[in-house]
Amino acid sequence: MAGTKARERPLSPHLQVYRWAWPMMMSIAHRITGVGLYFGTILIVWWLIAVGSGPGGYSKFTGFINSWFGRLILFGYTWALIHHMLGGIRHLIWDTGRGFEQNEREWLALATLVGSVTLTLVLWIVGYFVIGGAR
Amino acid sequence: MNGDLRTRSDLRTPLARVDGLGSAKSGTDHFWWQRMTAVANVPLTIAFVVIITSLFGRNQAAVQQILGTPIVAIIMLLFIGSITYHMRLGMQIVIEDYVHGQIVRPLLIMANTFFTVVIGLAAAYAMLKLSFGV
Repeated sequence: MAGTKARERPLSPHLQVYRWAWPMMMSIAHRITGVGLYFGTILIVWWLIAVGSGPGGYSKFTGFINSWFGRLILFGYTWALIHHMLGGIRHLIWDTGRGFEQNEREWLALATLVGSVTLTLVLWIVGYFVIGGAR
Repeated sequence: MNGDLRTRSDLRTPLARVDGLGSAKSGTDHFWWQRMTAVANVPLTIAFVVIITSLFGRNQAAVQQILGTPIVAIIMLLFIGSITYHMRLGMQIVIEDYVHGQIVRPLLIMANTFFTVVIGLAAAYAMLKLSFGV
């Protein structure tokens, strides 16, 4: 069979052929935040081990998390967690067979985004100005 | 009527049809546990966020004392168990969607289980250690 070329197979249409829409972007965001949270659990484990290892080990953790880079990661983690949770609730609503109309899908997608950004900001404002500071 | 349905189109044995487990023999387990842990994750995540926020800015001794309180420790352990199982299921889907190599794919699916078990066990161990103060 020398010289036989592999037959060109048709490819299924991929992301770039579609017009961007909110439900599509929120679907992608759901997966990306999920993967982010997956690796972010390393931070939770580090935190818990640090707490159990006494003041010395804990100060290493707080040193990192209180740096601008640590804060950035923590902020991103907060948003990813809340976004993934709201996106998950959206999926649970769909599981009951509700929310599939065009306007409902648009509304749910936007609510996920607006809700996650708002809740993240509220949480950080509460964290900083109401509870924050050394105790 | 039953006989008609069984002929030609369906070569499965009656037992296989009743079991409804499909070719992978796991049925709807993946889907069901994904949803079950998702539902559990909602209240547990809210509790986790409340716990974290209330620990903001406290020193190590205070954090250890609060985390070691039975109710907080139990919520944290449930949270750890539910999220690690949930993320194992989710990452498996991501791997199956994007990785097709005959060697790489099963290796990554294994690595996924290793990672989530290590994370879950390490977090649970850390929680128990700080709770009991050993």
